[in-house]
Amino acid sequence: MCRDRVVPARSPLLLVALITALIPFSSANGAAVVAGDPWLDDLFTEFVEGRGTAPVDALQALANSEREDKRALLEGILDGTLMLHKESTQIVRVEKQDRRYDMFNIVDGTALGEDRSRAFKRLKLDNRLRATLRSLIASLGLRSTDTGERRVAIEALLDKPDTVDAPTLDALIEAESSPELATLLLRVKALQQLGSINPSTRLQAVTILQADLSPDTRRALSRLADADDAPEVREAAQQASAEQARKITLYGYAETLFFGLSLGSILVLAAIGLAISFGVMGVINMAHGELIMLGAYCSWGMQQLLPDSLALALILSLPVAFLFTGAIGIAIERSVIRFLYGRPLETLLATFGISLILQQLVRTVISPQNVPVSNPEFMSGVVQIDGVLELTLNRLWVLGFCLAVFAMLLILLRHTRFGLEVRSVSQNRDMARAMGIRSSRIDSLTFGLGAGVAGLAGVALSQLTNVGPNLGQAYIVDSFMVVVFGGVGNLWGTLVGGMTLGVVNKLLEPWAGAILAKIVVLVFLIMFIQKRPRGLFPQRGRAAEGH
Amino acid sequence: MWRSKGEKGPGVPGPSSHGLSTLVFCTVLLMTIVGVSVASLLPATHPAHIGTFTVSVLGKYLTYAILAVAVDLVWGYLGILSLGHAAFFALGGYVMGMYLMRQIGSRGVYGNPDLPDFMVFLDWETLPWYWLGFDSFAFTALMILLVPGLLAFLFGWFAFRSRVEGVYLSIITQALTYALMLAFFRNELGFGGNNGLTDFRDLLGYDLRSDNVRLALFIASGVTLLLVYLLCRHILSSRLGRVALAVRDAEHRVRFLGYRVERVKLALFTLSAIIAGLAGALYVPQVGIINPGEFSPLNSIEVVVWVAIGGRGTLYGAVVGAIGVNYAKTWFTTAYPDAWLFALGALFVLVTLALPRGIVGLLRRARR
Repeated sequence: MCRDRVVPARSPLLLVALITALIPFSSANGAAVVAGDPWLDDLFTEFVEGRGTAPVDALQALANSEREDKRALLEGILDGTLMLHKESTQIVRVEKQDRRYDMFNIVDGTALGEDRSRAFKRLKLDNRLRATLRSLIASLGLRSTDTGERRVAIEALLDKPDTVDAPTLDALIEAESSPELATLLLRVKALQQLGSINPSTRLQAVTILQADLSPDTRRALSRLADADDAPEVREAAQQASAEQARKITLYGYAETLFFGLSLGSILVLAAIGLAISFGVMGVINMAHGELIMLGAYCSWGMQQLLPDSLALALILSLPVAFLFTGAIGIAIERSVIRFLYGRPLETLLATFGISLILQQLVRTVISPQNVPVSNPEFMSGVVQIDGVLELTLNRLWVLGFCLAVFAMLLILLRHTRFGLEVRSVSQNRDMARAMGIRSSRIDSLTFGLGAGVAGLAGVALSQLTNVGPNLGQAYIVDSFMVVVFGGVGNLWGTLVGGMTLGVVNKLLEPWAGAILAKIVVLVFLIMFIQKRPRGLFPQRGRAAEGH
Repeated sequence: MWRSKGEKGPGVPGPSSHGLSTLVFCTVLLMTIVGVSVASLLPATHPAHIGTFTVSVLGKYLTYAILAVAVDLVWGYLGILSLGHAAFFALGGYVMGMYLMRQIGSRGVYGNPDLPDFMVFLDWETLPWYWLGFDSFAFTALMILLVPGLLAFLFGWFAFRSRVEGVYLSIITQALTYALMLAFFRNELGFGGNNGLTDFRDLLGYDLRSDNVRLALFIASGVTLLLVYLLCRHILSSRLGRVALAVRDAEHRVRFLGYRVERVKLALFTLSAIIAGLAGALYVPQVGIINPGEFSPLNSIEVVVWVAIGGRGTLYGAVVGAIGVNYAKTWFTTAYPDAWLFALGALFVLVTLALPRGIVGLLRRARR
């Protein structure tokens, strides 16, 4: 804008030259820098040029003003995106591109072109100014009408309770509409009160703070437990600390349990399809892992088709994966396994060959590298309990999904005509045929069902791990272990077996490390199979005797 | 229920009339050994000359053949499908590797006379106790037989006594090799972790890279294969071998007749593991490296396929399968690197569906 004023300097040369020379120092409102509107010009002049408390006062004035952009301006000053353009002495907002910065008017955001980075000067900040800025921004946040912003500000306060004075805090507590945030504010107050000279106030503060498990509070309480002057406060603080420690340990166990169950749910999902084909039909399907892998690729494929609605893509990929891998399963059964019934070792080898072909097919057709599968919004994030226990949402969903799949399979096998036929064929094939059940059709469908469930497992896994051609290999040994551990031909056994193995694995991990824990579990399983060759829940009666 | 679980294929050969096949096999093998030796000693310009690289590759095939014989011994004659025989092979290899590491002495990158390079790299202070004694070749030779043998004995002791059989046994052998693979990948175990053992220099004081040592290793592999074959043939035609066949075909009946089935299984399984370990020990100096990848379940299953393709229950079929498949693998992985897994996968399916008796069975049918 300075340049604009220079432009008319043409006709009465001398006079105009004189005026323009004077303009920067004596413009109408007397500001040395330009910002956007007269009020801001003055304010920033005060901030940039003022001595003593002037810059602080300027910031206070900005914070107390009625401007809607005051918070953005304060944050801009703090994070350095507001800079002084030296040539035009204008305060601008910059966007940094390598060596050249784009500049924008700070009031209306109009673009003002670009310049070299050297042409800008940072607004000078010292520690006092930074502290002022932070507390001003925080208190603006505290008064914000948006609950989320208020929460952020209050949580910042919990870290530094002394940045707000007691009357302001009381007013805030009074005005707070959300009960949850009011509790947090009360905690801030209690944190302040820990330093009170009155023992009964401190005592009261201790009882309020006991419910807060954040590290800062715990540290404050344990400090009090060691060194408070009043014995009753000390005792209360000790009790509170002990109670907190107990809760923390409890949450620690809960977390281990959660991770164990999460791992268990993955194992169950991977194994349950196998449990159907292995348990019900006595067929070893070494390609099961690859069917899981293909299911995960279905999830990836749907995301490629519907890149804009990840949630829809994920939900649609469930039926797609089920049908796709199920169809492949039926094809495998019809073309290979059908000829190998009664020869389990040959089936094992043939399906292993199929697994190699499927793997290489994916490597050749898609890529040998992992493909990216993203979490839709409802699957990402965490559920926080008491600020300590964090449960990741995708794991929670997969856990729920696993139970749902399990329940559906159970209903399918127990309460439908198809389930009845499957069970009858698995128990006594000849008798079932004599009753008019087409056993070869049942074989195909059962195998297809197992394969389809593998596809579902793949979709679930795609939300937790990397999707690549080797995905299946990692799970095949594990899922066999689950089936064998739980007892062949028993869905409940698979569920209990998988969950147990998952939890045991996670329990061992802290002191043994992930890999050693896995080895220990494998060795344990090898010994277990020696002891109980038919698993945790062996089939009893005639059905167990022979296939 | 009397029939054992589908292990028996129709017309699996019994112990009769193996005199001729043994004679043919031994003659062909001896002629190969002598032929290759002579050809490699010819001057390099001679058209029939075989380079050292080829000799080493052939030597590698022979060690695979020994491994295949070991698998055939338990699968073809005892009905135990082991999906973990590569574990015994790799263990034998690691034992040999430890000896070769000790032979490096102070010539390693770090020049430490007491510790192998990877231990220096990992800041180990002293040699772990289980590395003691591997300076001596005699001790190493003993361990090559003992380590895989002992593991197989313990494993079999538990497994066969509690009558783990069929696919269950297959799967826990796979779990065994899988667990070992995970364990050997750990640096803390003291076997070089991911990188394994390599950079070998001497064997019994001779430079491993010299042509003559390469040839000697090839001959040693060939002779070992010959001896192992004769030993297996001898055992299989003894009383033990006949009982083994009976166990394969009707385990319950044999048990009811009063035989201790688990002892027969244990004896042959342990022997088979020792043979596999021997193969591994011959393999490592020829390829110059041993790492945890050798324990991978895929390796074990590949061995089973060699045997299946050659024709199980014949011993020589296993040798034919091992050499044939590995020759195909070498050819494929240079000509069409992507196609090898397709070919291998197709072989699995094809052999089980169309060639239950393998190449040998095909030839035999053609002769009739």
